[in-house]
Amino acid sequence: MKIDDITHQVSGGATIRSIIEGSLKRAEDAEKYHALLSLTSERALQRADELDAIIAEGGSVGRLFGVPFVVKDNFLAFGAPTTAASIMLKNFDAPLQSTAVEKLEAEGAICIGKANLDAFANGGSTENSAFGPTKNAIDVTKVAGGSSGGSAVVTALDIVPFALGTDTGGSIRQPASFNGVLGIKPTYGAVSRYGVVAMASSTDTIGCFATTARDAEIVMDAMAGQDENDMTTIVDFFAIESQKVTPKKIGLIREFMSNDVDRDVREAISVYADQLRANGHTVEEVSLPSVDYSIPAYYIIVPAEISSNLARYDGIRYGHRSKDFLTLAELYGRTRGEGFVTENKRRIMIGSYVLSSGYFDAFYLQAQKARTLIINSFNELFSSYDFLLGPTAPTPAFDIGKKSNDPVSMYLADAMTVSSSLAGLPALSTPAGLSSDGLPIGAQLIGPQKSDARLLALVKSMEDIYG
Amino acid sequence: MRKITQEDVHSLSALSGLKLSDDEITAMTDDIDNIVRYVEKLESLDTTQVEPTYQVTPIENAYRDDVAVESTISRESLLSLAPESQNHHVKVPKVL
Repeated sequence: MKIDDITHQVSGGATIRSIIEGSLKRAEDAEKYHALLSLTSERALQRADELDAIIAEGGSVGRLFGVPFVVKDNFLAFGAPTTAASIMLKNFDAPLQSTAVEKLEAEGAICIGKANLDAFANGGSTENSAFGPTKNAIDVTKVAGGSSGGSAVVTALDIVPFALGTDTGGSIRQPASFNGVLGIKPTYGAVSRYGVVAMASSTDTIGCFATTARDAEIVMDAMAGQDENDMTTIVDFFAIESQKVTPKKIGLIREFMSNDVDRDVREAISVYADQLRANGHTVEEVSLPSVDYSIPAYYIIVPAEISSNLARYDGIRYGHRSKDFLTLAELYGRTRGEGFVTENKRRIMIGSYVLSSGYFDAFYLQAQKARTLIINSFNELFSSYDFLLGPTAPTPAFDIGKKSNDPVSMYLADAMTVSSSLAGLPALSTPAGLSSDGLPIGAQLIGPQKSDARLLALVKSMEDIYG
Repeated sequence: MRKITQEDVHSLSALSGLKLSDDEITAMTDDIDNIVRYVEKLESLDTTQVEPTYQVTPIENAYRDDVAVESTISRESLLSLAPESQNHHVKVPKVL
């Protein structure tokens, strides 16, 4: 389903109430996927009636007027609790809305529900949700990917034309790949994170899922820009590209096409590269040797930041508080022991470890130096190439339960997405065919900072030809 | 580097404000050992003369005007989020 389908229905006389009711009905019918943690039905229908009244009065309508969407449940939004898929925030009713949601509402979009995720966005399969895993939209025995698994699935199932997610190391791109939709993470700082539950502040970004690049660019255009409530936001650079795409020079990352990578995945990416070539673009193999140390660097830096960001959940001002304590230390310890899932605890403790005196230089400082080398290696390639291409993930969606007890093998599945996150680069995953088992495969395109709209324009031009 | 022990995990959990069950400590000891063993391969990377990068955009010291702003969020709505409140204050357990 596309944004246009909705706006055409509205201009054709359909009420926004009927559109929102339809979307809510599809959400209820798709319960078996467990993609949504809550529906914001009452508020959504109330807003629909308000927008219908504006139409009746001949008022002006935004680009997303009456378009239903879903947010990952780490976005603060009215109408349902913001749980971050955790016991810690199970009953947290947001006192404010995230800037991203506010901006979309200002264009007339209507949030209909909150999507499942790995608790506090810690994970790559949505199996770490305190409320149970989300199932893959194409094969319910497979994971949805993560951490924004629910948002990917609701988009793939056509419940809504777009959904929001967060991407810290691949959490939008990988589930997009696993469910056969487009997912984009923007340049670091492009979209305000105000009102979004923080995970790792130096790489957290907000992006979206959609079925086409054309829709994703509308959503990103609506969300991008500086926000006085998020001092890391940069001046709005995002401008939808409407010119014909000029021939691009694209580097195919050799390290992402090694024999360790699933054969169907490699074939799909080769086909996508050939399609780019057939449309006048140059695709050449390039080397990005820094990918070898991007996972170790990522799994030092990000847990360090998680241990800091999750320190605020202390059972005092908001969120869960244990009933079972005598001392203050017990209150903190039991509250956090009950409120976090295992993966949260692992990452908090890894963070405490790499930041502790005696280990700081060997781990944390070394990782931040590795990050400099990763950025340098990207910069070097971007002096000769417009974009980089590779798979989004080394395999299609894996079986539910297969990796959930083996954190290192789960981390390795992030091999292709974490390096661009550490460098703050925009990157997207676009559908690139199916495996022999019929599972979606995603092609990942990575660009230099602020090339977000150009990346989407390239994919848009490919969609115009190949659908 | 030496293997991560249950005692290490005990002290890490204390540093992290996390109360773990004995079963959790046992499982976590292996997990953390495996993860540390994996990430420590970064040690072999030559980073002499390399400066660390802590943030990826060139923003520094983004200031706002030092003036009080009217909040749209009411005191009541924030207090209602606290596990316990009394007389317009968050109530905390006795600590002394």
